[in-house]
Amino acid sequence: MRMLRFAGVRVLGAIVVLLLITVLTYAVFYLLPANPAQLSCGRPCTPENLRRAAEFMGTDLPWWQQLLEFLRGIVLGRDFGSGAAAVHCAAPCFGYSFQQNASVTELILSRFPVTASIAIGAAVLWLVTGVAGGVASGMRPGSVVDRGVMMVSIAGVSAPVYLVGLLAILLFGFVLRWLPTGGYIPFATDPVQWFAHLLLPWCTLAFTTAAVYARLTRGQMIETLGEDYIRTARAKGLRESRVVVRHGLRNAILPVVTVFGLDLGTLLGGTVIVERVFSMQGLGALLVTGVSVVDLQLVVGFTLFSAFLIIVSNVVIDVVNGVVDPRAKATA
Amino acid sequence: MTEIETRDVLAVNALSVAFADRDAPTAPPRTVVDGVDFHLGHGRVLALVGESGSGKSVTAMSVLGLLPANARVEGSIRLEGRELVGADAATVRAVRGGRIGTIFQEPMSAFNPVLTLGAQIAEAIVTHHPRLRRREVRARSLELLESVGIAEPLRIARSHPHELSGGQLQRSMIAMAISSDPIALIADEPTTALDVTVQAGILDLIRSLRDDRGTAVLLITHDMGVVADLADDVVVMRSGHVEERESSPALFAAPQAGYTRELLRAVPRLGETAARLRSSEPLPAELSAAAEVRAARIEYGGGWGRPAVVAVESATFAIRPGRTLGLVGESGSGKSTLGRAFAGLVPVRSGEVLVGGIDLARASRRELRELRSAIGYVFQDPASSLDPRWTVGDAIAEPLRLGSDKTPRERRARVLELLDAVRLSESHLERFPHELSGGQRQRVAIARAIALHPSLLIADEPTSALDVSVQARVLDLLADLQREFGFACLFVSHDLAVVQELAHEVAVMRAGRIVELGPTERVLSAPDSPYTRRLLAAAPVADPAQQAARRRAWRGLAAEADPAAGDGDAA
Repeated sequence: MRMLRFAGVRVLGAIVVLLLITVLTYAVFYLLPANPAQLSCGRPCTPENLRRAAEFMGTDLPWWQQLLEFLRGIVLGRDFGSGAAAVHCAAPCFGYSFQQNASVTELILSRFPVTASIAIGAAVLWLVTGVAGGVASGMRPGSVVDRGVMMVSIAGVSAPVYLVGLLAILLFGFVLRWLPTGGYIPFATDPVQWFAHLLLPWCTLAFTTAAVYARLTRGQMIETLGEDYIRTARAKGLRESRVVVRHGLRNAILPVVTVFGLDLGTLLGGTVIVERVFSMQGLGALLVTGVSVVDLQLVVGFTLFSAFLIIVSNVVIDVVNGVVDPRAKATA
Repeated sequence: MTEIETRDVLAVNALSVAFADRDAPTAPPRTVVDGVDFHLGHGRVLALVGESGSGKSVTAMSVLGLLPANARVEGSIRLEGRELVGADAATVRAVRGGRIGTIFQEPMSAFNPVLTLGAQIAEAIVTHHPRLRRREVRARSLELLESVGIAEPLRIARSHPHELSGGQLQRSMIAMAISSDPIALIADEPTTALDVTVQAGILDLIRSLRDDRGTAVLLITHDMGVVADLADDVVVMRSGHVEERESSPALFAAPQAGYTRELLRAVPRLGETAARLRSSEPLPAELSAAAEVRAARIEYGGGWGRPAVVAVESATFAIRPGRTLGLVGESGSGKSTLGRAFAGLVPVRSGEVLVGGIDLARASRRELRELRSAIGYVFQDPASSLDPRWTVGDAIAEPLRLGSDKTPRERRARVLELLDAVRLSESHLERFPHELSGGQRQRVAIARAIALHPSLLIADEPTSALDVSVQARVLDLLADLQREFGFACLFVSHDLAVVQELAHEVAVMRAGRIVELGPTERVLSAPDSPYTRRLLAAAPVADPAQQAARRRAWRGLAAEADPAAGDGDAA
């Protein structure tokens, strides 16, 4: 019951935040001097054509009506224009890209599997290696293991993704010829190729991010192992491995979980650099295209989609934290 | 010799512990325990007594092998005749929680916050009885909780540590410690973090373990009252050495070592008129109050449909210049909140808090800032209330910089004057807080608090973090300064004996209300409120015979009181 209330409060809060972000994003992009009607007006752009284009897109309406239409579209879907030229944008409609002639929702959904494959695989990899490395060095600060892990992680923190990615392609793709150098094969088409094409992007992302996780886990672990309850656990006669995992790691991992959720949420919204380096057509590539051709509807929809992912992952973290750490619920 | 050994549960001989410096491995190790001997007999309570740095906790932890990796242990520790120094890991693990149970100081932090108490107790049982079935482990956990006086074992077992009170947690800790029927218990300051009425219950529980189960107890404490209450034998330690080893009645009746006598003399005693007060002259009664609170109500939280928590309700009293009012109560009574209200640090919902005739609740921001220079505040733990990166000189000069228009030269002169007033020398000026002892740090905090000649000094548990001998000197200092500067003092404390040393008047608080207010002597010798009587009876005194009588009286009073509040264990 308390858990339900806790989760309910968090979800409600998330909906309010999403609404606010929608309004803000909409305002920022539509108050820009760029006129969407002008951009897709075609040539020659007579005043009559321009008026028609604006009417078609709905940009002739006052700003607040545009916003209401937009919000309504998310829930009910909307139509642009009328008669034979009308286009339908099915709910949830986050806008319509007139340049690509597709609803933003469809565009995002078509690219999402690529980005999700990269992001989730990389996240699992960096979480496991980062936490393992952090625990190993946090257990014995100053030891050889600790120094080794911290040295590698310094390299990881300071190396940019594109550099690591290019070096990985050079070594494993061209010199050793173990792995493909780029591109994406859907899982349904060929699972083995899917895996082979993703391995390098995963490792590249994981190497640079795991470093941060190793440092965070190490710090948390050192702090936790100094707590009174660790001494209590040892005084009970527990094996050291159980002391470290059940009493140490279980508490040290809490902040790591929080950071992980946020990182994953951000990453799902587009892995721009990695997609570029490994020539994959994911969300990041879609966004870059959208920005370069000033496809405002697409950029707005995309921004909202990213915000949505981050907020959802935030809610998930909160609920997970509530389960893992009973104290978190007390402040619900 | 053989005969003694068979009766001894624990025999420690020529124990020395030294810590190697991690940063300088070649430097000679620092010896913190040096040649300690003692024998703990079956069904006896042996108290290791000493001030901070005496090595008493290190000695106890070396029995369990729970010292940091850089510790070097020499000598012999025999448990039931078996040597523990240098024993292999499996042997030591079987002793920990198996033959020796341990109770730690801070029950709030000694339990893992993310696991239920039931899970943590079960873990202790399973570790030493791996063959037990899950159902049996559960039954055993509940049975243990019940045996330590927990009224609803099922609810407690399902709770997480943050949902329970200190008393409930410490009882659960004891349940966990005795889960494998250990032959000995190590109790490391088991009641130091607890309220005095809860402490009495826990001491009773430990005593019953000794009497009913024949468990031997190694008690580590700095509190002579606790020693008098519980111990059969006493070992007095000081900087790693044993100063005196004696049976408890003999030690209190005729302490041999000079250090033991000094220690006992420093213990504040209830019921003895304090020398510090006698020397202060009576003040004319018509003098107007320096600080006053009238029908004040303080609330926390609330809003968004949740009810506010009332921290203080209808509090009324006044402190005249040159006088000290002791504000006494247990944790959660609202005494510190009320203290903070006098500094304008918490908002007052209704009523008035007046300092120098100005109501803090209604004062403008500017008035409040000016008023703050008339208020000095000394906090409990000087280690955390002083900025670690500021020198002593900077710390004392800060209020002068903010609240006066003295030139740097004048400030320096005043800082030296203040250092002298708190009995520190000019050589301390450039030191940092970590280079000072606890007592010296608190002197710096006091110098800071009186820098602007405050009319009101608020001292919130100023000696709770200090050793007894240091406490006595800090109390002396506060009394002297008050005589010299004539400020009114609000002295917040949980310890009646300490309040008696310094306060002209006492206000006793419980659950946000002042239950008794009057001259110190009257309140402590003939209290009107039953709560004050229970509080007085629960505080152990440093005299075994007297304490035994007080214990009986306390049991009577505790039984009289409603059971929920009586043992103070209700959450």
